[in-house]
Amino acid sequence: MADVLVLTEHADGVVAKPTLELLTLAARLGTPVAVVIGTPSAEVVEKLGAYGASTILSADDDALTSSVGAGVVSLLESLVASRSPVAVLLTSTAEGKEIAGRLGVRLDAGVLTDAVDVTLSDGSVVVEQSVFGGSTIVHSRVARGVPIVTVRPNSVAPAESPSSPAVEQVSVSVPAEGGRHAVVTSRSAVTAGGRPGLTEASVVVAGGRGVGAAEKFALIEELADVLSAAVGASRAATDAGWYPHAAQVGQTGVTVAPQLYIACGISGAIQHRAGMQTAKTIVAINKDAEAPIFELADFGVVGDLHTVVPQLIEEIKKRKG
Amino acid sequence: MRIVVCVKQVPDTWSEKRLDPADQTLDRAAAEGVIDELDTYAVEEALRLKESHDGSTVVVLTMGPAGAADTLRKALSMGADEAVHVVDGALHGSDALATSLVLAKAIEHIGYDLVVLGSESTDARMGVLAAMLAERLGVPQATLANSVEVDGSALRIARITATAESAVEASLPAVVSVLEKINEPRYPSFKGIMAAKSKPTSTLSLPDLGIDASSVGLAGAATVVLDSTQRPPRGERTVIKDDGDAGARIADFLASHKLL
Repeated sequence: MADVLVLTEHADGVVAKPTLELLTLAARLGTPVAVVIGTPSAEVVEKLGAYGASTILSADDDALTSSVGAGVVSLLESLVASRSPVAVLLTSTAEGKEIAGRLGVRLDAGVLTDAVDVTLSDGSVVVEQSVFGGSTIVHSRVARGVPIVTVRPNSVAPAESPSSPAVEQVSVSVPAEGGRHAVVTSRSAVTAGGRPGLTEASVVVAGGRGVGAAEKFALIEELADVLSAAVGASRAATDAGWYPHAAQVGQTGVTVAPQLYIACGISGAIQHRAGMQTAKTIVAINKDAEAPIFELADFGVVGDLHTVVPQLIEEIKKRKG
Repeated sequence: MRIVVCVKQVPDTWSEKRLDPADQTLDRAAAEGVIDELDTYAVEEALRLKESHDGSTVVVLTMGPAGAADTLRKALSMGADEAVHVVDGALHGSDALATSLVLAKAIEHIGYDLVVLGSESTDARMGVLAAMLAERLGVPQATLANSVEVDGSALRIARITATAESAVEASLPAVVSVLEKINEPRYPSFKGIMAAKSKPTSTLSLPDLGIDASSVGLAGAATVVLDSTQRPPRGERTVIKDDGDAGARIADFLASHKLL
């Protein structure tokens, strides 16, 4: 079977969950080959192997992390040339999509972003996308070149498939053309206060206009923490300055597709629905019985979140013992 | 400094969007076309750079059907100096690769020190175009900026992604994409709207750019839509009124769906 290249993400010895999802999808298309930037720790090798990586290609070069986009694109370009993969899979983050786009130009190959499913049909890679905020489902394939596909986190459950991957060092020549690359001069990791990342979280608790004030978001955070959830916010809440802009879920913000989405005090304008309506299960709490969020909610409560949420927190604590 | 800002006409952010069943392209008749909200941040940032760098000009560029000229007018009324519209029937159905090819050729035709874009479009939401343009133009990719500074030929941005905040440096010419909230886009003044009417606007066709029609549009697309369907309505829904026990009832619901 042909290789499927998976661009992995790892930090501090921990492989990102979306990378494990990519390996699971890659196994449907061919032989999963994990591309690791940097030298993988034993834990990273073990984890990638546990989820089906047959080979780990490790590239350790400062140019890969110091240039914006250009280095990783050159690495993948050379790996596509040497290994003729059936597809290249990346995570649908902003950076992943940028790399996919540049690689598509470099190879004149089709790029499909934000896939929610990837299958092999009659020998060609078919990608399912959920577009226009989840209102339309589209199936596509590439017409030329190796399919370059970015996959949304939470699109598939990672499946263990133990193997003992060989680790190969690969080298990459990033042309040091003077001034042609943007250079990262300093970098600080963003942490979500110990909470999972918004796009990869299994559970998201989000607050909107009904929260009423910045300090009231403590209640949203408390509910998120008892559920080990990420915290999101509607545009009304971020525009009001109640919660950081990076947490905005919606058309002009982040798109999430968790197992469970709890919308608190969010009316559910199209702007917001576009970012969350593919969540598997949606719970909504809103004072206004006419709010459009109730058209989406599997379970809706017409009521005041300031009384419902504290009770919900107590109930969850009690049941979790 | 010559600044080119790429803008796109998209269905209004607050509208329902759909694909035309005939050829699986965006149904532009289904919703009102407006300048992409995310592009207004790019226009604003370009105008601020112009205002702080004497002798700068801002050229606004779009590719799209005839009606897309409205988006150029909006940018001109905000304060851009010139507008260029790439319009050609053969462009219908162009994918991101083809769009980046056309825009890169047009940008080279216009001449530039800096190209500024929004971080993604609110309709296709691919978020690839700025990176593709950097690749095609062979210049630095300074994307996802929350601040932009230009000092001579030195460019500095604060790049923000979901996992990191980085300081990034490059030299001009370069491509920048800006995040929402980098600034507060100005509203066109009455004076600006009047002035826009006499600002130079030109159109370019594919032959003007030396591009073969077969390499763009549906014919030249590197990706093919096989089918599209409306998402089926969600399953059974329950809405209750809080009678003092709603918190417990949500917990019951979560437990029954194995979500606790």
